[in-house]
Amino acid sequence: MRAGLAPLLNVEHLTMRFGGLIAIDDLSFSAARGEITAIIGPNGAGKTTVFNCITGFYKPSGGRLLFNASDATPSPDRIDLLTTSGARHAATPGGELFLLERMPDYEIAARAKVARTFQNIRLFAGMTVLENLIVAQHNRLMQASGWTVLGLLGAPQYAAAERQALDKAKYWLDKVGLSERADDPAGDLPYGAQRRLEIARAMCTEPRLLCLDEPAAGLNPRESAELKDFLKSLQAEHATSLLLIEHDMSVVMDISDHIVVLEYGQKISDGPPDHVRNDPKVIAAYLGVEDEEVEEAEAEISP
Amino acid sequence: MAIAREPAAASDGAMRSLTAAIVDALGTALIALGLAVPILALRTEQNMFNELILQPRWGYVAVAVAAAFAARLFYLLFAAVRPRARPRSALPGTAGTVAARTFAGIGLAALVSYPLIALALTGKAGAIKWIDNFGIQIMIYIMLGWGLNIVVGLAGLLDLGYVAFYAVGAYSSALLAQTFGLSFWICLPLAGILAALWGILLGFPVLRLRGDYLAIVTLAFGEIIRLILINWVPVTGGYAGISGIPRPTLLGLPFNASDEGFAAYFQIEFSPVHRAIFLFYVILALALLTNWVTLRLRRLPIGRAWEALREDEIACRSLGINTTNTKLTAFAIGAGFGGFAGSFFAARQGFISPESFTFMESAIVLAIVVLGGMGSQIGVAIAAVAMIGGTEILRELDWLRRIFGPEFEPTQYRMLLFGLAMVLVMIWKPRGLISSRMPSIFLHQRRRVRGELVKEGHG
Repeated sequence: MRAGLAPLLNVEHLTMRFGGLIAIDDLSFSAARGEITAIIGPNGAGKTTVFNCITGFYKPSGGRLLFNASDATPSPDRIDLLTTSGARHAATPGGELFLLERMPDYEIAARAKVARTFQNIRLFAGMTVLENLIVAQHNRLMQASGWTVLGLLGAPQYAAAERQALDKAKYWLDKVGLSERADDPAGDLPYGAQRRLEIARAMCTEPRLLCLDEPAAGLNPRESAELKDFLKSLQAEHATSLLLIEHDMSVVMDISDHIVVLEYGQKISDGPPDHVRNDPKVIAAYLGVEDEEVEEAEAEISP
Repeated sequence: MAIAREPAAASDGAMRSLTAAIVDALGTALIALGLAVPILALRTEQNMFNELILQPRWGYVAVAVAAAFAARLFYLLFAAVRPRARPRSALPGTAGTVAARTFAGIGLAALVSYPLIALALTGKAGAIKWIDNFGIQIMIYIMLGWGLNIVVGLAGLLDLGYVAFYAVGAYSSALLAQTFGLSFWICLPLAGILAALWGILLGFPVLRLRGDYLAIVTLAFGEIIRLILINWVPVTGGYAGISGIPRPTLLGLPFNASDEGFAAYFQIEFSPVHRAIFLFYVILALALLTNWVTLRLRRLPIGRAWEALREDEIACRSLGINTTNTKLTAFAIGAGFGGFAGSFFAARQGFISPESFTFMESAIVLAIVVLGGMGSQIGVAIAAVAMIGGTEILRELDWLRRIFGPEFEPTQYRMLLFGLAMVLVMIWKPRGLISSRMPSIFLHQRRRVRGELVKEGHG
């Protein structure tokens, strides 16, 4: 974690139980502002469950998800005050504090501005590529349309807001190389393009934190190299912090600033890529699973 | 019977020679024979000694078998070729847009001039039937179809109890008019608002339900409303209904033979057809308002959110869209238009009773939306004209009696034809008459989205 920067997201003692099954067991980690944090782990380790808790699709059984949307580090007293008050969020001098575990999913996206993509792509397949990006700007446009009333009457302010939304959509279409296919149905795009479109759609919500669930899954080597550059550019140009789940180690090791390793719902390692790569627990639990990586792992342990 | 084996045969049917087609048609005729013998061939009747007499009806069997043979042969030789010959790429692009717009223009012109044409062709006395039974009836269903289209077609929420809002609109309009003496023009918006409130009221408990579960609960809601109307006798009059609902006036001019009436004011001869024409234009205006609002909403964030909701609810929530409010607005706006239609219905009939608001009405409106193609305004209008106009036409087919005998009643075959139309449309156009979707915004070129990509919603 870069020194001096307040963490954007603090996951504290997060626990998620499904009946008798403990999917996440007392997990704590933090995602720093402006960094790329990766969550890795074998299948079934609970990575997607962590995502679902952070983005509000699951209500955690316990723990705190503190999202700090201000530049300053809030004092512990301030955090305690918010926690005991029972409120979902509070204003602080630098911005706002959110307790994500108390907020419904759409509010997390709309107010805390945490956007996400899905492991199995969830585009609006019957709508065009452009429409997908316009729908992502729903809340701003809704406000500009006077909650539909002004828009229905054809107010100029809505027309202006729609033009802005269109410009932003064009920018992202250009960025992911889909300008030519703007008017094609999203369901007609090839797989790789659908993945890129889903990220572009999430970016249209202007997120502070973008959560990507296996963005490189199903991509060929060239596409995953492009994805790496693209994610790096998001981090550099848009001041977006990234949290990603990924199995493709080349992507994870190259672009992550910080890696959290899960196994059976528990954290077994946490640190920069070099630290995680050499952590014997990680090698045993995770890298050891893959045949071709066994030798590599042994080679790393033996000296 | 001719259609029973059609999908399997359709693929190679085009290439078959005439003989092969005849052989195939003979097979169909054989199936028809097998079905017709137990159903049609023998009829038992009591004679005057209370004995059962077997009455053979081989003539009927012959007609059925011949019809099946002829229909199958015709299908194989002519109809089966056409759908194959049309390439996929010929889906309407920009040219289709122009065609659709032209078609919409022609349709609108036809609707506006309809009463005048009917008047010119059939005279004052004859025109009432055509304007009232056909024109107004069809327009009411077009409006209901367009209203339900918002809920089912755009937001993808399957609503089997839409008639409840139609009933709420009709009864609230009638009760407001009778209790407070309000005129139709004040009752109309109030009825719409009340129906919209009921839409929200229904929306709240069912928000968590999806698909089949949602459909069942909305169905129950429709029945609850009907049962309340039947049993809350002091207010609704029960089965007797409410009569004497004031008729709509034109800026205060009633359509009657009195000295203050429309005819007297304009110094023309009184005729009941004036009111029919007036009512037709009122419902036409209401339906066009529904259409205009729907088309406009589709291009606003709320309409796009409805369609996104139909496509993928979870993705919507991940983008910060409040799906609760989005669903409720769809229910409320759809219900509101149903309420308008109900208010108009009450004023047109002058009398309402729970019999007008049975589940059958919900089913017909839903069938119109499904047949028309969910989400398509023109498709819904065409389906309403075909379904409602078609059933009304059955009343006109007296010449059929000359063929089938005097006790033949064509209107009794209404539901049979309904079902047949459904089956045929589901075979040829499984996504409705117009299944492709027009994007609400475009960058380079507006192209329709193929029907198979568009989701139907899961509630």
